[in-house]
Amino acid sequence: MTAQSPITNYQLPTPKKISLYWSLTKPLQSGLLLATGLAGYMSARCPVFNMGTILGVAGSLFLAIAGSTVLNMWWDRDIDAKMGRTQKRATSSGQLTEKEVLRVGLFLSLVGVGWAVALDALYGLIVFAGLFFDVVVYSIWLKRRTAWSIVWGGVSGAMPILAGRALGLGAVDWVGLTLALGILFWIPTHTLTFSMKFSKDYAAACVPTFPSTYGLGVTRATIAISSVLAALAMIVAGIGIGMDWGFLRLLGVLSAGLLMLAVAITFKPTESVNFGLFKYASVYMLAAMILVVLEVI
Amino acid sequence: MKLSPLDRILLLLTVLLASYQVSAGIDGFDTLPIIAYTIAFGVILVAALLIFILGFGVLDSPIVVIVSTIIPLSLAVGLIHQHAASFGTWYLVFAIIGFLAVTLTRSIPAPGKIPTIVLAIVHGIAGMTIFLLPIVLSIQGNAHPMFSLVGVGGALIGIGGLALSFLKAGKPILSQEVIHKILPVILFLMSLCFVMGFKYG
Repeated sequence: MTAQSPITNYQLPTPKKISLYWSLTKPLQSGLLLATGLAGYMSARCPVFNMGTILGVAGSLFLAIAGSTVLNMWWDRDIDAKMGRTQKRATSSGQLTEKEVLRVGLFLSLVGVGWAVALDALYGLIVFAGLFFDVVVYSIWLKRRTAWSIVWGGVSGAMPILAGRALGLGAVDWVGLTLALGILFWIPTHTLTFSMKFSKDYAAACVPTFPSTYGLGVTRATIAISSVLAALAMIVAGIGIGMDWGFLRLLGVLSAGLLMLAVAITFKPTESVNFGLFKYASVYMLAAMILVVLEVI
Repeated sequence: MKLSPLDRILLLLTVLLASYQVSAGIDGFDTLPIIAYTIAFGVILVAALLIFILGFGVLDSPIVVIVSTIIPLSLAVGLIHQHAASFGTWYLVFAIIGFLAVTLTRSIPAPGKIPTIVLAIVHGIAGMTIFLLPIVLSIQGNAHPMFSLVGVGGALIGIGGLALSFLKAGKPILSQEVIHKILPVILFLMSLCFVMGFKYG
């Protein structure tokens, strides 16, 4: 039998592999961040049916977010293997090799950032900053050193909405920064809830977290304060966008629900309420983004 | 008791209806009715969302009795201010005192049947206001016939609110299982009646 040429050696990814790659992009989380980016773009009152740009924003952001998520998983594969919650991931369970995960992550990141830069230099710079903060500053540099690494994870998560608005306006304005603050303060609701729920996992992987460093009380208070600040930032941004009074009322009602749960986890914490706040915060942010989009439509 | 898929659909529809009512259904009203209806439909919205997220377990909280009083009181305040303005101030005073009385008798130990009596009086007056006022106005021709749907919504919220309140007060008029079974249906139908009544009434 003769040796196969490099071309015939090349194998297209099987559906199973594509499904594994897809799982590495954390579709729900990436989708939610993508929604913030699109809402940020539309908040600048850009034509919603400008399909070329909308597709460009959606495509470049999704690829960049997915790329940074895959690169994070590639970097964290050793600690993921030690945690019950993450040990079945394709990176830590050996279903995909390190090299191919790295290649996929780099490919998605490069295409995403490249596409973003091609759309607009400022937009591309902010998208790149998001990827850099997430992969280099948060995962590679700080995650294993300090519990405060989550701040940089939050900054990174805030970049899509800032990038979207900057693309729409051609500049960074105070409304964009306030929207970004809203996301920045919203992210601890997620990360800190996870670090409480899976505290043993993080301890086993020697990853410093707020609960292990400062205790559960401080962590709950931090979640409560950041939830309230996220709600305030979204309301201020809504006013800045010129949101309709009725939508502001609705945002106020949803924010009141968030505030109520924040008070509940501070004074009467239970696991159910903690996770309730986590889920409510996701619904809250999605609803806030939908309101921003509806305002423009 | 776990939420069934139908429960989830009904709760989601309730959230959407209440969202519509808060954001668009009360535009053009005076300031006080807007505040009152925003509070009422806001509580319905958040309550339905929390039941959707956390399940019926959220109803175990003792705060449910107090929160379930807010809805009929604020709806009644809004209706009175709009349609019987001469009683507006007195009704607002009643609503504030009623709410404080329910909150106090639920927060600090009160003798005998006082908490139950206070709850029955406050719910009863607010519930009858929401039930009767729109229907009377419709019959008299002072409002569109569709406005009577607000009264139907009031009757539904009265049934749900009283059943829930008395269950929490330890004197159930319906079993917990029955209440959990009918609550998503009541919340949905009630919201639908309110939205239709306010829109077309």
